[in-house]
Amino acid sequence: MTTGERLTTGRETRRVAPSDLPAKRAAASRSGAAGTGDLTAELLETDWWTDDMVARAGIPITDVPFVTVGGGIGSFVTVDYLRIAGVPTSDIRILTGLEHPWQTYEYLTRVSQIPRGERLRSDSASRPDNIWGFPSYAVAEAMAARKPREIVAPLFQVLVEPIFADYYTPRAGQAFSGMEREAARISYFDMLEHGQVRMVRRREGGGYFTILTPDASGGGPKRLAFRSKFVHIAVGYPGLKFLPDLQDYRTKHQDFGRIVNAYEPHEHVYEALQKQPGTVMIRGGGIVASRVMQRLFDDRAKHGAQTQILHLFRTFVTGSHGPSIFMRRRGGDGWAYQGFNYPKSVWGGQLKSRMRRLEGEERAQLYKVIGGTNTPYRRNWQRQMRDGRAGGYYRTHVGEVDEVYPADDKRVVTRVRTKDGVLELTADYVVDATGLEADIAEHRVLNDLLEHGGAGRNPIGRLDVERTFELRGVASGDGRVYASGTATLGGYFPGVDTFLGLQIAAQEICDDLARRGFCRRIGPFRSTSQWFKWARNKKI
Amino acid sequence: MLPTLMGRIQTRIVALLVIGGIWTLIITPVLPINGPLSDAYKVTFRILLAVTVLGIGWELVYHALQQFRWEKDWPTLFGLLTGFNEGALVWLLISADAIPGIKSVPGDAFIIDFATTWLVVWLWVNGPMRVPFIRWRFRGGSLFGGAR
Repeated sequence: MTTGERLTTGRETRRVAPSDLPAKRAAASRSGAAGTGDLTAELLETDWWTDDMVARAGIPITDVPFVTVGGGIGSFVTVDYLRIAGVPTSDIRILTGLEHPWQTYEYLTRVSQIPRGERLRSDSASRPDNIWGFPSYAVAEAMAARKPREIVAPLFQVLVEPIFADYYTPRAGQAFSGMEREAARISYFDMLEHGQVRMVRRREGGGYFTILTPDASGGGPKRLAFRSKFVHIAVGYPGLKFLPDLQDYRTKHQDFGRIVNAYEPHEHVYEALQKQPGTVMIRGGGIVASRVMQRLFDDRAKHGAQTQILHLFRTFVTGSHGPSIFMRRRGGDGWAYQGFNYPKSVWGGQLKSRMRRLEGEERAQLYKVIGGTNTPYRRNWQRQMRDGRAGGYYRTHVGEVDEVYPADDKRVVTRVRTKDGVLELTADYVVDATGLEADIAEHRVLNDLLEHGGAGRNPIGRLDVERTFELRGVASGDGRVYASGTATLGGYFPGVDTFLGLQIAAQEICDDLARRGFCRRIGPFRSTSQWFKWARNKKI
Repeated sequence: MLPTLMGRIQTRIVALLVIGGIWTLIITPVLPINGPLSDAYKVTFRILLAVTVLGIGWELVYHALQQFRWEKDWPTLFGLLTGFNEGALVWLLISADAIPGIKSVPGDAFIIDFATTWLVVWLWVNGPMRVPFIRWRFRGGSLFGGAR
């Protein structure tokens, strides 16, 4: 999902009153009587729970020092750090509805046109399966290759990037199989508790209760309470959000086939276009738009599709842009170009250091400068677009959408206000590749933390965290809640929503937990000895 | 690693003196320098020291150039190629008798010594250094102090 859209949505998203949330209403109406093992009205309404209250409700309590909520890649890299720091599996529980950590990520990348064999938008040294980032993906790819060309190519690319070649990026499959290996090595699956997390509440006397609704199939208890000193929240995207005009169209005309979001399955669009010629409109100027276009261009080349592509930009970038000669990003043909979703130095250099010192409006301002929708400059994409412009099957338009409505032949008409007047563009399919994200309050666990846990919002509307990724205002005695991932965008560290960002958060969290005596701080000797264990794939 | 100015300077000093130092110990005996080994060591370690001291000045230049880059990064390739200008400057200074304690050094010995040391340090900084120092790459190359 593209950063710029995220930044704008942080403020623009419709704020749903908690009482309007379906989840909240359902939970309230379902609240059980005392002793039935379900949430009671007393629990739902109380911010600080006592052990007695939970016991009165009849919810079984499990004691464990650390729980992580989510079970995606954010939980995985955090647990990886803790296990490498020496925390035993018995001290950690991963509360999740997922079977494996890369499940949601793989789903989203696959439907947005990055299957296992395609390359991600991720740096060579950003390895969620390796806290050291050494050997990097490029080196690992070279080591695993057989043919001389396949050995040299990734090494050469990573050597000369980004000057004489595009940035090296790993294949999605390489990232997934690496995580699979590391998960087995750290006994990740021994720590899983399956179910849906309902809420995290502070506990009188310190620490927290995390309520899990176990999978119904077992016939066991309705709810489980995990009593822990520390909680880590890594729940990922609160949800997808459609462009409002496209959402209106779908609701009004009950047409879910012609207007699709790039993050939902939409293979039928490509299949239909391979069978008969058609027109696709793409909305958005980020990485997902690039990916969808690559698929359409590839289908023309490989399967003889005759697809016409209309590309609608809201902001059309014509060249280098930025506030000063020292802050200028490349751009052209509508796109803003950037290797990764932020300028690279947010993950460890000057921009990371600078953002770390900024507060409030100043921080929001810098986010605005380095944000904005962007996509990498890749030579093959440039070639495809050049061919498309020359062949007349790729056309761009710039403007604000007034309305989207069905034509008589069931195709979709988009009325666009451009600087030259109103334009009506007709397409067989519209792909929303803007990657808008829903507000954090639409996630029930995050919403509960905002409503009952003391959590607040940062300058761009997401969860307010400290430099250590501790959730501000949620401390309970000597207990702490940490959060990582996209929910924390807008904090002292910008690159949260990436492999490396999750690892940076994990390192900060692990170091903070070490200061609080939960685990050992990983020093040079432990780090080195643990790396050798990693290299030998020795189980820890 | 994405350097800050402090990080550049710290990494430069530590990597050159430690990794460069170990490499200089290994390579010096095989260099084509006439005379006793102790004299050869005096020359090669003075070269290493000169590269380190001059390097601090170079880092200021690189940091200034980095400001023109949107990403505020320093590509891996730059770290390798800057060996040419730095090596040339040291050679010029040796030729001009401007480096204390070095009267002369054969050209081939200088090239082998400088190029291999540069390569070894560059390889170290771009990979294995991340193993003992897990926080280093996220702190702009700083090893000491609270700067991030």
